[in-house]
Amino acid sequence: MSLHVPERDWYKAPAGAEKLWIGVALLWCFVMSLMMPYWHFRGKQNADSETYAVEPAAFMERTERFVADNRVGEIDGVPVVEPPPGGEAYLLARMWSWYPILKLRQGETYRIHMSSTDLQHGFSLQPLNINYQVIPGYDHVITMTAATAGEFIIVCNEFCGIGHDRMIGKIIVE
Amino acid sequence: MSLLSRYNASLSDPAAKSRTCATTGLNVCLGAERFIKLNAVSAIVFLLLGGIAAILLALTRWQAIHLLPVDWFYRIVTFHGLNMLIFWILFFEVAILYFAATIPINSRLFSTKVAWVSFAMMLVGAVMVNVIILRGQADVMMTSYLPLLAHPVFYLGIILVAVGTLIGVFNFFATLYIARRDNTYEGSLPLVTFGAAAAAIIAVVTLLHGAIVMLPTFSFSMGWTAEPDPMWYRMIWWGLGHMSQQVNVAAMVAVWYLIAYLATGAKPINETVCRAAFVLYVLFINLASAHHLLVDPGVGPAWKMWNTSYAMYLAVLASMIHAFTVPASVEMAMRGKGHRRGIFGWILALPWRNPAFSAAALSLLIFGFVGGITGVTLGTVQINIIAHNTLRIPGHFHATVVGGTTLAFMGLAYYVIPLLFRRDFIARGLARIQPWLFGGGILLVSIGMSFAGSMGVARRTWDIEPAGIYGPAAHLFLGVMGIGAIIAVAALLLFVVLCVGTVLFGVRNNGRAMADWGAAQTAPGAKETSLLHDHWGMKGTMALTSVFLLCFAVYYFANWKALADVWPVR
Ligand code: HEM
Ligand SMILES: [Cu+2]
Ligand SMILES: [Cu+2]
Repeated sequence: MSLHVPERDWYKAPAGAEKLWIGVALLWCFVMSLMMPYWHFRGKQNADSETYAVEPAAFMERTERFVADNRVGEIDGVPVVEPPPGGEAYLLARMWSWYPILKLRQGETYRIHMSSTDLQHGFSLQPLNINYQVIPGYDHVITMTAATAGEFIIVCNEFCGIGHDRMIGKIIVE
Repeated sequence: MSLLSRYNASLSDPAAKSRTCATTGLNVCLGAERFIKLNAVSAIVFLLLGGIAAILLALTRWQAIHLLPVDWFYRIVTFHGLNMLIFWILFFEVAILYFAATIPINSRLFSTKVAWVSFAMMLVGAVMVNVIILRGQADVMMTSYLPLLAHPVFYLGIILVAVGTLIGVFNFFATLYIARRDNTYEGSLPLVTFGAAAAAIIAVVTLLHGAIVMLPTFSFSMGWTAEPDPMWYRMIWWGLGHMSQQVNVAAMVAVWYLIAYLATGAKPINETVCRAAFVLYVLFINLASAHHLLVDPGVGPAWKMWNTSYAMYLAVLASMIHAFTVPASVEMAMRGKGHRRGIFGWILALPWRNPAFSAAALSLLIFGFVGGITGVTLGTVQINIIAHNTLRIPGHFHATVVGGTTLAFMGLAYYVIPLLFRRDFIARGLARIQPWLFGGGILLVSIGMSFAGSMGVARRTWDIEPAGIYGPAAHLFLGVMGIGAIIAVAALLLFVVLCVGTVLFGVRNNGRAMADWGAAQTAPGAKETSLLHDHWGMKGTMALTSVFLLCFAVYYFANWKALADVWPVR
C-alpha cells in the first residue's frame, strides 16, 4: 500500500514480532552506545584529541629545538631523534615527509605532538594500522606506548598533493 | 487502485494537463512527468561518467595494472566522487521527489518554472565542476579540505548545484502544500511520499550546511576574505557530506517499500512503525558529521561519543526497524498468497526474475549486511582509530551508497522508465541479470577494499609500493576489488545502455498496458488472504533478522578485539 493513501485507522501500536524486534534493536543500540564510554575509561586505545592551537612557524621551531636537543643519528639525511622516555616528542608533517625519524624505547610512553605546516595529512602507523588526523594550526598530542619492538612505517593517508603516496616516515622501537 | 480511481476525475488545477497511465490507471501530471524524465536522464548520464571514472580508478589501485598516471588518478578520484555521490544521486532524488509529490497523491507539480530554474542551476553547476576538474584546476578530492584550494569555479559550481537542489526541494514541498489545500487526496500521505518528505527535510538541513561551508571557501578562493579554519571546514563539510547520506538512505528505503508493493503487493504490517522510523531519521541524524572527525584534533571525546551515539544509534535503530518491516511485509504478502511451506518457502516464490525486485532485494541485503554493519562499527569512536582513511572506508560506503542506494534506484528505473516514456523495456533478458551482476560486482569491490584497508592500505593513494610494507594478501584483495569493479562497471554500462536504448528504441505502448516484469503469483489452488493481523507469522523474517544481528555483533566485537591488539594510544 506504500503507493496509496493509507486506510484511516493506520495509527496502531506495534505488536508481536515487530514489537519484539524493536525492543531487541533498541537494546543493541544501547549496548553499542555504552561500549564507547566503557572503553574510554577501561580501554587502552582512545582518541582523546588533546589539542592546542599552534602557528605553523612556532610548531616548526619547537620541532627543530626538539631535534637539536635529542638527535642520535641520521638515516638518508633525515635526523633520528630519541625523546626521553615518558617525555615529549615532535612529529612534523609537510609535503611530503614526516620529520624527524623517532626512536622510542619498547614499553615506554611518549607524548607525540603532531602538526602540519602546509596541508592536512594523515598519520597512519603501519603495520599496526593506527590512524590520526594531522591539521595545520592544531597541535594534536597523541600519548602512545611503544609496546612492540621493530621498525614501523608512517604512511600519509590524507590526500596532500601529487607526492602524497611518497610521504613515508619512520618510527624505530628498540 | 479503486480508491484512487475515485480521484482520477481531474487534477487540482483544471488548466493543468495530465494523462491517465494506461498501465496503472494513475493520473500523471505532464509537467511533473517532464521533469522526472529530465532529472532521471541527467542522473543516468552522470552515472555513466562516474562509471567510466570508476573503472579507471579501480584499475589503478589494482597495483598489478596501475593504469593512470599520478596526476590523472587524483583528478579522476575527484571526478568520480562528485559525479557519483553528488550529481547522480541528487538528480535522481529530485526525480523521485517530483514523482512522490504528484502521481501517488494525484496532484500537479507546483510550478514548472521553478522546476526549470532548479534543473538549469543544477546542470550548469555540475558542468562547471566537471570542466574545471578535467582541466586539472581542482585536484582536491570531493571533500576539498582546506588549505587545499581549487579554482573558484569549482566552489561556484557546487554552490549552484546545492542551491538548485534546494529549489527543487522547495518545489516538492510547495506541491505537497497545494495537494493538501486542494484536497487531491483524503487522509494521510502515502508511505512513499512520506519517506520522500523525510528525505527532503534532511536535504534542506544538509544543503544549508553546504552553503555555510562553500560560500566562505569560495570567497577565500577569490581572495576576498581570510581562510576559513580547516577544522571548522571539516565539521561543517561533513554536515553536508554525512547528512546527505541520510537523504540517500531515506530515499532508498522509500524505494524499497514502493518496489515491494509493486512486485509482491506487500503492505506495511504497521504503518505507524514505518513512519516513526522515518521520523527517527529526521530527528537523529543532525550531528552524524561527528563520525568523520573521530580521530581529529580539536573535538573532545565526550563530544564525539555523544554525537555518534545519540545522533547515530537512533538513526541506526530506524534502519534496523526498516530492515525488519520491509521483508516482513513481503513475507506476509507471500504467505497470504499461499506460499507457506516452512520458514523460507516464500522466498523461492518471490519474483526474482523481475529486475526491479531483485535490485531492491539485493540492495536491502547489501546495505544491511555489509554497509550497515561496517558503517556502525567504523563509526565507533575508538574503532575508527584502526580504520580512519584506510580503504575500509570506501569499502563501507560502496556497500551503502552503491550496493544500497544506487542499486535500489536502478530497480526503480526499471519501472519508471517504461511507464514515463511509454515504451516497452528493451532486451528484457539482459535487464533481468543486470542487478545480479551489479550487486555481485560491488560486493567484491566492497570486500576487496575492506580487507585491503584492514591491512593498512590507505584510501585515495595512487601507489602503495613506496611504503614497502604491503604483502601479497593486500595485493590479492586489491585484485578482488579490481575484478569486482570490472563486473560492476560492466553492469553499470549495461544499465545505461538499456535505459537509453529503451528511451530511444523501445516499442511504444500506444495506450495498451506496459509489459510487466512479473509480480509474485498466488500459489496454485490457494486463495489470496490478508495476514496483516497475524503478528507472529513472519517466521522467515525473524530468522533473517536474527542472523543479521548475530553477524552484526560478531563483526562489532571482532573489531574491538582487533583494536585491543594495537599499542596503547590516547
Ligand atoms: C560502479 C562501480 C564502482 C566502482 C568500481 C567504484 C570504485 C571506486 C574506487 C576504486 C574508488 C577510489 C578509492 C580510493 O582510492 O580511495 C572510489 C571512490 C569513491 N566512490 Fe566509487 N565506485 C563505483 C561506484 C560508485 C558510486 C555509484 C558511488 C556513489 C553513488 C561511488 C562513490 C564513491 C566515492 C564518494 C568515492 C570517494 C572519492 C574520494 O575519496 O574523494 N562510487 N570508487
Ligand atoms: Cu601528507
Ligand atoms: Cu598525504
